[in-house]
Amino acid sequence: MKRDNSRDKRLLFLQGNEVCVEAALYAGLGFFAGYPITPSTEISEQLSKRLPMLGGKFIQMEDEIASMCAIIGASLTGLKAMTATSGPGFSLKQEAIGYAVMAEIPCVIVNVQRTGPSTGLPTGVGQGDVMQSRWGTHGDHAMIVLTASNHQDVFAVTVEAFNLSETFRTPVVLLFDEVIGHMREKLVLPEPGEIPLVERLKTSVKEGTNYHPYLPREDGRLPMSDFGGVHRYNVTGLFHDMWGFPTTDPATAHELLHHLVDKIEGAGQRIARYNEFFLDDAECVLISYGSSARSALHLVESRRAVGERLGLLELQTLWPFPAAIVRDRCEHAKHILVAEMNMGQITQEVKKAVSDPERVFLANRFDGNLITHRDIKNVLRVIRGGGM
Amino acid sequence: MPHIWCPGCGHGIVLNNLVQSIDKLGLNKNDLVLVTGIGCSARISGYVDFHTLHTIHGRALAFATGVKLARPELTLLVAMGDGDALAIGGNHFIHAARRNIDITALIMNNRTYGMTGGQHSPLTGFGTKSTTAPLGNIEQVFDTMELAKAAGASFAARGTTYHVRSLQKLLTQAIRHKGFSVVEILSQCPTYFGRKTKAGTAADMLRSYRDNTVPVGSEAKQKNPDLIERGIFVQEERTEFCTAYEGLIQAAREGR
Repeated sequence: MKRDNSRDKRLLFLQGNEVCVEAALYAGLGFFAGYPITPSTEISEQLSKRLPMLGGKFIQMEDEIASMCAIIGASLTGLKAMTATSGPGFSLKQEAIGYAVMAEIPCVIVNVQRTGPSTGLPTGVGQGDVMQSRWGTHGDHAMIVLTASNHQDVFAVTVEAFNLSETFRTPVVLLFDEVIGHMREKLVLPEPGEIPLVERLKTSVKEGTNYHPYLPREDGRLPMSDFGGVHRYNVTGLFHDMWGFPTTDPATAHELLHHLVDKIEGAGQRIARYNEFFLDDAECVLISYGSSARSALHLVESRRAVGERLGLLELQTLWPFPAAIVRDRCEHAKHILVAEMNMGQITQEVKKAVSDPERVFLANRFDGNLITHRDIKNVLRVIRGGGM
Repeated sequence: MPHIWCPGCGHGIVLNNLVQSIDKLGLNKNDLVLVTGIGCSARISGYVDFHTLHTIHGRALAFATGVKLARPELTLLVAMGDGDALAIGGNHFIHAARRNIDITALIMNNRTYGMTGGQHSPLTGFGTKSTTAPLGNIEQVFDTMELAKAAGASFAARGTTYHVRSLQKLLTQAIRHKGFSVVEILSQCPTYFGRKTKAGTAADMLRSYRDNTVPVGSEAKQKNPDLIERGIFVQEERTEFCTAYEGLIQAAREGR
């Protein structure tokens, strides 16, 4: 595939969805399959034009399930692969996402969230898929989920999603929201090489020598061989042995599930991304993510100006949940206020992470409108005994 | 060879013929990808030394589309059962046919859901009993060949596990065909279909394929419309999807 030189060294003014496209191409995206759904569709539209120009592959599949399946197939041939959707489409993809977890196939799934459940508010912003991104598919498993609140970070976490996906041989979810997807703001396009890229670990096993696609190396990574290459092997969603063949052996099943979970949960420190604002002396710590974090930051900056000791911990890694970081940054806080656009999905995780969970409060909104700094300030006033 | 299929199952005959067809075509095993869905038919991928992808129910064609578009030089074979192809996967089937992507789809039609215990499929037949239609099935069946043709498949053929020589020939032609090719194979399930419907043993069911099927366009079919035709129903040259995509890349690069 030809490298994309068309946008080098440019200061761009883009939608978040377009930034995601730029970042995916920067990361080396070679294959995209998708099905149109608001508010993610611009990602498909842009890639339908950009990918063929670079020799990459774009396909609009017949539905969201097929799109997820197609990127798994493409990834097995060695291409970096991605799909993009919103809540209802994300629900449809879940079985195949579980397949990618089980068969350890790298791929990136973008979910630009709207308000739900069901068809909900298609053009309204929401953050209700936090738990779906973690537990949407069936069975025990681990999941990597990243988010961002501004376009420079959308770029960075999108590249990171590909890097983590290739490192851990796992699907990675990019959980943006409608405001981030459709808002336009500045992006300084990183120079080629400025953000390191992780390429897939390919097997060094020579042709004619036994290749074990599911035999982890000491660092936990599994070197891959492309479909169409010299090593032929079986890929299945069933519990499988190191050759990839189905097995019902309890010890093998036990070991495989441990491997799938441990490789990600065990790397929590490495995967954890976050931004900190004024946390050193904060007596009230706000925790937020995505577009909600913009309102939270606005509140923190404006109240700092009048001497209030507010701070913000902005999460970019939602899963594995960075509990140790949350616990540490909230240790001396009198109040912890989570701002999110759902009924408290991350709030529950924060309560689990900190000592004295009664210190944790929720400022939320789930009516399709962006939560404002005033919404958060009102809750803060109540917490401090100021009344409604 | 030890395998998971029941004694008398037709799927082993399909596997045998598929492997012989590939051998006849002289294809390199590294260039072959066999994709399957779920159920008895899907286990065919575990017995061959190709790149094999055992996926989720009904989605085999969607996985295969990703592999094929990513690496058009590979030969994609997709083996499905009644459900994979025409129930849960029905939408993928008609769209793969519509795109005319160069994939060879085998539909191993045993008219039942074997692995889950003999429930009716879209190919079971009106009035036939199943474990979820104990009083007889009141749903109509698909005519796979008509469906494939209407959806745009450029090659469609039907064979049976009784007519092994012609089945092998059909499979060879289907794999060689550039475009979406469908081969429906009537394959007996003595364990569930035979037992539940009183269709008899594997041998009885094979005899029924001999007695109740006729070559496409034969006079016997005109006299007796209940007979099932076998042979090639569609064979046309039509623009193939991956080839068209290459054209798209050329056009994009030249700024057309």
